[in-house]
Amino acid sequence: MSNNIVLKKGLDIPVSGCADLVVSKSMQPSVVAVEPGGIKGLLPRLLVKEGDRVLCGSPVIADKQNPGILLTAPASGTVKEIVRGEKRKLLAVLIQVDDRQEYVQFDTSDVKTALMQSGLWPLLVQRPYGVLADPAAAPKGIFVSAFHTSPLAADTEFTLGGEVQSIQKGIDALATIAPVHVSLDGSRKDSAFSRLTGCTLHSFRGKHPAGNVGVQISHISPIMKGETVWTVSLAGLAAIGKLFATGRCNLRRKVAVGGPAALCPSYVEALPGTPMKSFVAFWGNTEEQIRIISGDILSGAAVGKDGYLGRDDDQVTIIREGVDKELLGWIRPIRFRQFSTDHSYFSWLMPWRKYDMDTNLHGGPRPFLMNDNYYSKVLPMDIYPVFLAKACLAGDIEKMEKFGIYEVLPEDLAVCEFVDPSKNYIQDIIAKGIDLMLKEMA
Amino acid sequence: MDKIFEKGGKLYWLHSTVDAFESFLHVPGTVTLKGSHVRDAIDLKRLLILVVFAAAPAALFGMWNVGYQHGLAMGQTGVHILEYFWFGFLKVLPLYLVSYIVGLGIEFASSQIRGEEVSEGYLVSGFFIPLIVPVDIPLWMLAVAVAFAVVFGKEIFGGTGMNIWNPALLTRAFLFFSYPNYMSGSECWIAFRKGETAVADAFTGATPLALDGPAQYGTGFWDLFIGTVPGSVGETSVIAILLGAFLLLWTGIASWKIMCGSVAGALLVGGIGQLAGITDIPFYMQLLYGGFAFGTVFMATDPVTSCQTECGKWIYGLLIGMLCITVRLFNPGYAEGMMLAILLMNTFSPLIDHCVTGAHISRRFKKLKAA
Repeated sequence: MSNNIVLKKGLDIPVSGCADLVVSKSMQPSVVAVEPGGIKGLLPRLLVKEGDRVLCGSPVIADKQNPGILLTAPASGTVKEIVRGEKRKLLAVLIQVDDRQEYVQFDTSDVKTALMQSGLWPLLVQRPYGVLADPAAAPKGIFVSAFHTSPLAADTEFTLGGEVQSIQKGIDALATIAPVHVSLDGSRKDSAFSRLTGCTLHSFRGKHPAGNVGVQISHISPIMKGETVWTVSLAGLAAIGKLFATGRCNLRRKVAVGGPAALCPSYVEALPGTPMKSFVAFWGNTEEQIRIISGDILSGAAVGKDGYLGRDDDQVTIIREGVDKELLGWIRPIRFRQFSTDHSYFSWLMPWRKYDMDTNLHGGPRPFLMNDNYYSKVLPMDIYPVFLAKACLAGDIEKMEKFGIYEVLPEDLAVCEFVDPSKNYIQDIIAKGIDLMLKEMA
Repeated sequence: MDKIFEKGGKLYWLHSTVDAFESFLHVPGTVTLKGSHVRDAIDLKRLLILVVFAAAPAALFGMWNVGYQHGLAMGQTGVHILEYFWFGFLKVLPLYLVSYIVGLGIEFASSQIRGEEVSEGYLVSGFFIPLIVPVDIPLWMLAVAVAFAVVFGKEIFGGTGMNIWNPALLTRAFLFFSYPNYMSGSECWIAFRKGETAVADAFTGATPLALDGPAQYGTGFWDLFIGTVPGSVGETSVIAILLGAFLLLWTGIASWKIMCGSVAGALLVGGIGQLAGITDIPFYMQLLYGGFAFGTVFMATDPVTSCQTECGKWIYGLLIGMLCITVRLFNPGYAEGMMLAILLMNTFSPLIDHCVTGAHISRRFKKLKAA
């Protein structure tokens, strides 16, 4: 192993409801959705109409700017409904799934073409800004994080430990485009992924967000102005590997379902676009208000009971809505049920405890008041988070560049948002800053 | 019921006020809208009330000391400790009432104008203000000073978190420049009832800093450390201030770098002054005199107006300590430099941060380019 990096800063959020390492169900939904939302930089053009037959891998949506980039059907069946929102914005294409799956067979002789035709290209995310990768760009590297540190995240050794061969195939394919860097969990000695070849292996050890690829890039090879890198999730890399091994598009993956409000937290096998209704067994017929998140509790999307599993998500989290008022909550010396990193509470005395967290904001929004250090102590990156956030708020491009907007995506600063006593929406501030950069730099 | 306070309701102009009292009573049932779905249980209310708790020992001691100093001046002996405290409490209470009524009134009104929730910032400033003024200051003067500091020191910049100068110190500075007779010299630091004058012979109520001749109270190390000397209400007892410092450092609200920097700066200049023969005060005594301890612990460490960067905090703290003692050594007219040292460094803290972040970034780019 070439690089062992130990990160001292960070925060593991002790939320309860971690999924047991067992696959409790294999989802066979009758409907799956193809959603163009969530992919920054993709302008969707619809290629199908209601009633069309599609195979697994058939194109459904194309990018207007780059018509070669496609979103394809994750399962074979019939187009059931085109869901549109305000101003006829395309939200989702719903596909009624056949009992027997038929696949489009792709020619994998050219890596880029195969990725684009199969609909796997959007799994590649381009930094800076976290946009759809530009096929014409020459990235200085392709970065993969082989582990998650986010709260209740899927254990990649369990979900993908058996797919090392597919991942190796994926690395071999992507290595023809740019050097591949894979970051392993330094706290595991027997990682299944330590045998990967054809890439540079790095090892990271530390608390969240040590598993975020953005944090890893900033320690391996920080993104300077004018440079681009691509990232891909490990599950995405396995899907790419399967494409080059079999010529088929297969996005099926193990998904961790957990959270304080989840019944019997465990893993399921599911396709991206699986309706959340299929997960109903995990919340049963609860009367409580719950929030269903595709992704983790720090930066996942609240999709609700009518939503769908996100395109690149391998985690579903279910938490209670914190709508209860708590009498004199803020001044009580001890609040046993609440977690805080701050020493004015006593969570530090019980590092083993897990908490039934809910979505309560625990206060009202205020301007930034605490020092930069209050935030940067949980952020293992060489940047000043509050200075960056303030530059984004002010829309000052020069300062945003200076304070590292090229290196971050909102998810990297999610922990800062968690600990913020001023209750700012820091991820949203950064996202707006990135939007401004995209507009101004275009 | 709630509807009349909402936008368009009859009592919308009271919206921020109602909201403030409601969220004071309980943590509201507001949920996260986007981004991180869960949040840490800490909020500004709790952080800032801790600062008030930290300053409470200094305030309680200060009240007792007001009574004690009055007793000394009147030549009383054998008075019960609670009687001293009660005298001081009755003297300080009006200061608190004025500070909070005027300050919070302006704060509530400006929050309503901005359409925001009322911020808790004044909770702390309002608690500090009576501790750093002479106890006999006329209440109308205090009211004017508080109004000036809150409006021009804070609200015009956008409220708590946006201010450049520490509002409590700005109040004191306003009083100092507008009504100097009430703020310095040897008369103002001891409370008297109407018509009373000191009975003790050759009595002087000057703080040890302004003292030329002998005084009736001790000026030794322990007197100053415990705080049985005249001065602003909360500034005299170093031991009570240290108790607060521990709480602030433990919870991480105040930066130990600023405190250490300030102490180091003071010792440095105090030492140089002593060696050069400018003063015969031992250098370590500088830490006990006047408002140095209170300023270092509670005023310089204000997270809004101090430096943000870790390196900047050292520079900021050091300069405050050095400037304070420099003023003490070279300005015979006004013996206390802490207030102006902090206000000056408040002004320069964005510049320090600018230089520190700039240096950090260019160093980083150089390293990356070399790699």
